[in-house]
Amino acid sequence: MSKIHVTTTINGDEVEFLADPRETLLDCLRDHVGLTGSKEGCGTGDCGACSVTVDGTLVCSCLVLGVEAEGKDIRTIEGMADGATLHPLQRKFIEHAALQCGFCTPGLLVASKALLDKNPNPSEEEVRYWIAGNLCRCTGYDKIIRAIMDAAAEMRGEAA
Amino acid sequence: MAKDEYREFRLVGTRPDRPDGLDKVTGRARYGADMTAPGMLWGAVVRSPHAHARIVKIDATKALALDGVKSVVTRADFPEGLTGEDWNLQENTIAGEKALYDGHAVAAVAATTRFLAEEAARLIEVEYEVLPHVIDVDEAMKPDAPVIRHGVSDTTVPEGMSPNIVRKIEFGNGDLGAAFAAADLVMEKSFKTEATHQGYIEPHACLGQMGSDGKGEMWVCTQGQWYIRKMCSAVLGTEASQLRVTPSEIGGGFGGKTTIFMEPLSLALSRKAGGKPVKIVMSRSEVLRATGPTASASMDVKLGMKKDGTLSGIQVEFRMQGGAFPGAPTEFALYCGLAPYKFGAVEAVGYDVIANRPRCAAYRAPGAPMGSFAIESLLDEMCLKLGLDALDVRFKNAVVAGDRAAYGPKFGSIGFVETLEATKNHPNLLAELGPNQGRGIAAGYWFNHNGETSVSMAISEDGTAQVSVGTPDIGGSRASIALMVAETLGIAYEDVRVNVAETGSLGVNEPTHGSRATFASGKAAVLATEAAIKEMCKRAANEWGIEPDAVEWADGAARPAGPNAGQFPPMTIKEIAGAMGSTGGPISGHHESLPDGVGASFGCHVVDVEVDPETGRTEILRYLVVQDAGRAIHPSYVEGQYQGGAAQGIGWALNEEYVYDDKGRLQNSVFLDYRVPLASDLPKIDTVIVEVPNPGHPYGVRGVGETGITPPLPALANAVRAATGVRMTHLPMSPSKVLAALKGR
Repeated sequence: MSKIHVTTTINGDEVEFLADPRETLLDCLRDHVGLTGSKEGCGTGDCGACSVTVDGTLVCSCLVLGVEAEGKDIRTIEGMADGATLHPLQRKFIEHAALQCGFCTPGLLVASKALLDKNPNPSEEEVRYWIAGNLCRCTGYDKIIRAIMDAAAEMRGEAA
Repeated sequence: MAKDEYREFRLVGTRPDRPDGLDKVTGRARYGADMTAPGMLWGAVVRSPHAHARIVKIDATKALALDGVKSVVTRADFPEGLTGEDWNLQENTIAGEKALYDGHAVAAVAATTRFLAEEAARLIEVEYEVLPHVIDVDEAMKPDAPVIRHGVSDTTVPEGMSPNIVRKIEFGNGDLGAAFAAADLVMEKSFKTEATHQGYIEPHACLGQMGSDGKGEMWVCTQGQWYIRKMCSAVLGTEASQLRVTPSEIGGGFGGKTTIFMEPLSLALSRKAGGKPVKIVMSRSEVLRATGPTASASMDVKLGMKKDGTLSGIQVEFRMQGGAFPGAPTEFALYCGLAPYKFGAVEAVGYDVIANRPRCAAYRAPGAPMGSFAIESLLDEMCLKLGLDALDVRFKNAVVAGDRAAYGPKFGSIGFVETLEATKNHPNLLAELGPNQGRGIAAGYWFNHNGETSVSMAISEDGTAQVSVGTPDIGGSRASIALMVAETLGIAYEDVRVNVAETGSLGVNEPTHGSRATFASGKAAVLATEAAIKEMCKRAANEWGIEPDAVEWADGAARPAGPNAGQFPPMTIKEIAGAMGSTGGPISGHHESLPDGVGASFGCHVVDVEVDPETGRTEILRYLVVQDAGRAIHPSYVEGQYQGGAAQGIGWALNEEYVYDDKGRLQNSVFLDYRVPLASDLPKIDTVIVEVPNPGHPYGVRGVGETGITPPLPALANAVRAATGVRMTHLPMSPSKVLAALKGR
């Protein structure tokens, strides 16, 4: 099947790749662009390990075609830190031991950042429902919730 | 109390950032599917759509005719003549005469792209003769059940039973008849649990390469790189030392990544394709259909109790199917279910049964959750009947050090009573309950495990230390091992780097399984460090011109052991390491053993639920995990194990199950239908770490990974009983089942 040339912006950088029209955005990120931080846990949009934002909207990149990235602004886990400075969520995930195996972590970080961008002061219940699309099998979610709440408080300038 | 109750530590028990944290929050950490190699091919696997079928013919002509298809393998490409477990592994890797379950691999293909490999797999034509199948354990035991395979049963199985019964387990002690006669209440009930999957979020993935000379390499997500090496070599008929296996970061395992599935296929495809590397990544559906699940169980329990709650005797029969091969964890279910209490007389019988399902793999405390569900549920029911407090009855019958477990050995230092005390004192037990709400309590047990262990450590030129371990880091073991080594050396936590080694650079190690990584690799790392310390003391002694045994190590420096040894200023690790090139060469330590001194871990969980009488849905209001860790090296990751175990147990109790149609095909092979707990399903999970140090470990570690999945099954059943008056005896307690039970009240 002939490939389609795609020009897009990923984490602020212009990127070009050739996509098989059957390939998902996740396939293209991982196999063509070399960004393997987004993970495939299910391929059916159930686990959220492939979460990225497309023009600011949180999506499962396994449910978006690679060719749909044309002209879009894509943000992935690899673009979350500002150079060597971690995003508060990344720092708080480490501090609160909110990861065990770490496989769901990129998706959870991208998803929780999308929440805090929209709602800087979520309740615990709002956090639990927002990340209900991101499966974690290791932690029971408890420390993830603490990490997100703590990061949100810090970003609001409140003492933890 | 344990002898080192008052020991104080500089680092052990603190909560530093894990060494691999930065890689894992930035997307840099490399997991199974993240590796590529020059000239790489993609592999795809052809799987049986039938639960049980004779393979009449496999025709790969059309697949091989496609441009870019490089190799196809079937069972004919694997050596004949394997026996025992090696044969089981080979047969499960790729079917021989028969496909034994829905999803059983029958052929595999390698091609230049993933889409091409998948297309080629669809073009491989397999002709099947469908055979009668059986998936339920009780059905599989019937004399007229379809036979999965003849000749599997061992000598423990009485003549005349179905050939699907492959092993019978029997043990006991005391006079059961007299024990039941002496009881004030004797009750019996039957229980069932369904198969569940470990549900790690990372699907199995490997990148394998093997040349015609039998030399190979593999990158793979696994709990045990040496197991991968040994098992792949056995299945392929190659030499273990010629295969070098590098473990990737691992996206969860829970026991399910301690064995092989498609790994030998990638090597066989590679060998047949001229040694080009072949990457295989399973889909979620392949993971659920063809890997991991735990056994399903059918269990009868009969229990005798006196009016004051003293247990007088127990009779149990557990029947478990573990898929198409021997290995259902029936024995562990009996051992662990019976471990927490002095039951009086015991009569235990178990059956390991084969059926047309995927081969069960280990899943966190294999067997223990089922056994505890049956026994702790009946115990709870009898407490209700006699008007006794469930926690008091557990106190009254709890095992202590010196008691003999029902399965034989005497318990050493254990912390079950301390665990029950901490449970009793927790504020969650004072929370008031409203209508349709109920509280459930249950205990659980896991042996913990030592296993083959090999660790090496080396002092670097700048006085920092590197440690090579063979146990992949699933949940923070790099941090716990670094803490123990740094504590022992007297240097900073940050000055120790723990590396998970590939098979070519360290002696044999069992996987990260049995809750052993922090216990066994940790103990071996401390012993290896002590060997390096001995050498550093010797270097200082040589410098000072005194005997090596006149030198001691404290706070990161060699010092004269007393006033008689002489007056010398301490020689720091930095000084000794900086000079080692001229004082005798590199300084390192290593340790290889089956570390002794394993310490068992008991836990107790308390859960409050509310059951919606209109929908049958169970909502968890609060959840408490109390467990003996021995000592928590990094308390955050101990709490994480407690919480994660509880969450998996909650899923098992309330939602998760393998659902089959009447043809034996799995009906819920995606996460939408195989529903693991979401963040919105769970409450805060409270934890209490009890520390009764294990005298068999230098820092008192027991191992904490597994016990926590055991109590949730009975604790939730007991809570639903308290909330509704209905005793649920068949897991999962899905809303529809609970609603039906409520209507039948």
